Amino acid sequence: MTDDIESENRESDIPPIERLPLDAWHRANGARMVPFAGYEMPIQYDGIVAEHDWTRENASLFDVSHMGQLAITGPGDGSTSAAHELEKLVPGAIATLKPGRMRYSMLLTQSGGIIDDLMITNTGPQLTLVVNGARKWDDIAHLREHLPDSITLTHYDDAALLALQGPKAAAVLEELVPGTAKLTFMDAAAFDWDGTPLWISRAGYTGEDGFEISVHESRVVALADALIADDRVRPAGLGARDSLRLEAGLPLYGHDLDEDIDPVTADLVFALSKKRRDTGGYLGHRAVAARLADAGAGTLQQRRVGLLLDGRLPAREGASVFAGDDRVGRVTSGGFSPTLGRPIAFAYISSDHAADGTALECEVRGRRLPAIVSPMPFVPHRYYRGN
Amino acid sequence: MPRYFTEEHEWIDVEGDSATVGITDFAQEQLGDIVFVELPQVGSQVAKGKDAAVVESVKAASDVYAPITGEVTEINGALEDDPALVNSSPEDEGWFFRVTVADKDELEGLMNETAYKDFAQSA
Repeated sequence: MTDDIESENRESDIPPIERLPLDAWHRANGARMVPFAGYEMPIQYDGIVAEHDWTRENASLFDVSHMGQLAITGPGDGSTSAAHELEKLVPGAIATLKPGRMRYSMLLTQSGGIIDDLMITNTGPQLTLVVNGARKWDDIAHLREHLPDSITLTHYDDAALLALQGPKAAAVLEELVPGTAKLTFMDAAAFDWDGTPLWISRAGYTGEDGFEISVHESRVVALADALIADDRVRPAGLGARDSLRLEAGLPLYGHDLDEDIDPVTADLVFALSKKRRDTGGYLGHRAVAARLADAGAGTLQQRRVGLLLDGRLPAREGASVFAGDDRVGRVTSGGFSPTLGRPIAFAYISSDHAADGTALECEVRGRRLPAIVSPMPFVPHRYYRGN
Repeated sequence: MPRYFTEEHEWIDVEGDSATVGITDFAQEQLGDIVFVELPQVGSQVAKGKDAAVVESVKAASDVYAPITGEVTEINGALEDDPALVNSSPEDEGWFFRVTVADKDELEGLMNETAYKDFAQSA
């Protein structure tokens, strides 16, 4: 028997495997650790399915401290000039992002390829960026290359990041940090927990209601302990995070997104500011506008779709997708959905076979597995948008 | 009936000229929740050390190697409907397949239970 989980670590160009501030905490809580994005990360504690189901029904604590926490600020007026400059690098509306609000966006190449996807928050005095762990050094280089010298870029490498996710997350966090339940989806604010400053946003990567909590590394063990002291909260690892985001239709950089894929092809048009689709003014706009025109004219080459498979055998990253004898695409993420009890996948499919309901086949070890192009998310999002 | 173990975490029960093969409790623990088991066809040949089956967990696909050369005489059909048997009863109800034993000398070098437990603990 061999186990190819190790192959998930694609960052062979980052040789030293680093340890997160919660490393010992994970091990003490029974985690199995694997290398991921240059760090030793917990892949699971009790088991992926148990952790997945617990997140959908209760609340789970994920350590996502491998992600990059950055901030940019301009001279004098703080976030205003920073937003103006950042808008030259992302397709989203940042200048109109209100203090305490956050937005999903992407850094793009000149040809519209995705350098990284990220969360941008207006904290008031500055803009904070949460970027993928495996991409943070490339992102920093890209930002520093393109932002003017008057914009200060800070990397908070002493900050840990926890995600508390699930339908009971709000009730749990409100008891520990009063006031947090007032946040709605994509709100963010500063809080104080027993003298420890926290930056909390109502967002996540599971499709459930939940929060991401930024805290100094010196206090993260205490905070993690306080959270799992509540019976409604259990720790969950990367394995459950992956199956949850797959059900939620959320792409993963390095698998579903890379510099050869543009936001239109990636089915991330929602992240393109409507106004800026025409006015542009950001790196990659010309290419993105051309892909949008293709999509409108029905001439887009391929796009990311969801596939719902029959049976129990998953089609994983790299599997070819066929329409009859013709190879029409490839799977970029795939696995078994614990919630649906059947395999699901994301695939890039040539546009003439990408309509919802199209019957295709995934090839796995010589077998052809029936698959239907299906709307995403596979499991409905349950974000809290207020009453 | 002697039971042997491989360094790849398969077990093999030998009874006369027939052997039953599965994966160990340690192996299923490492793999996590198993959602699909791809078994060899009855009548096919398996070769010692070569791929014989594939276990799909939620996270990944893993090869299972034949601990001995022979012809597959029977597969565990229960795994088709209930692959989680490999998690709940890896060394009994969750067996994979039965093979003819072509060459008993191939059993030399496999571990007994005590040796395997030491091996798995140090893994």
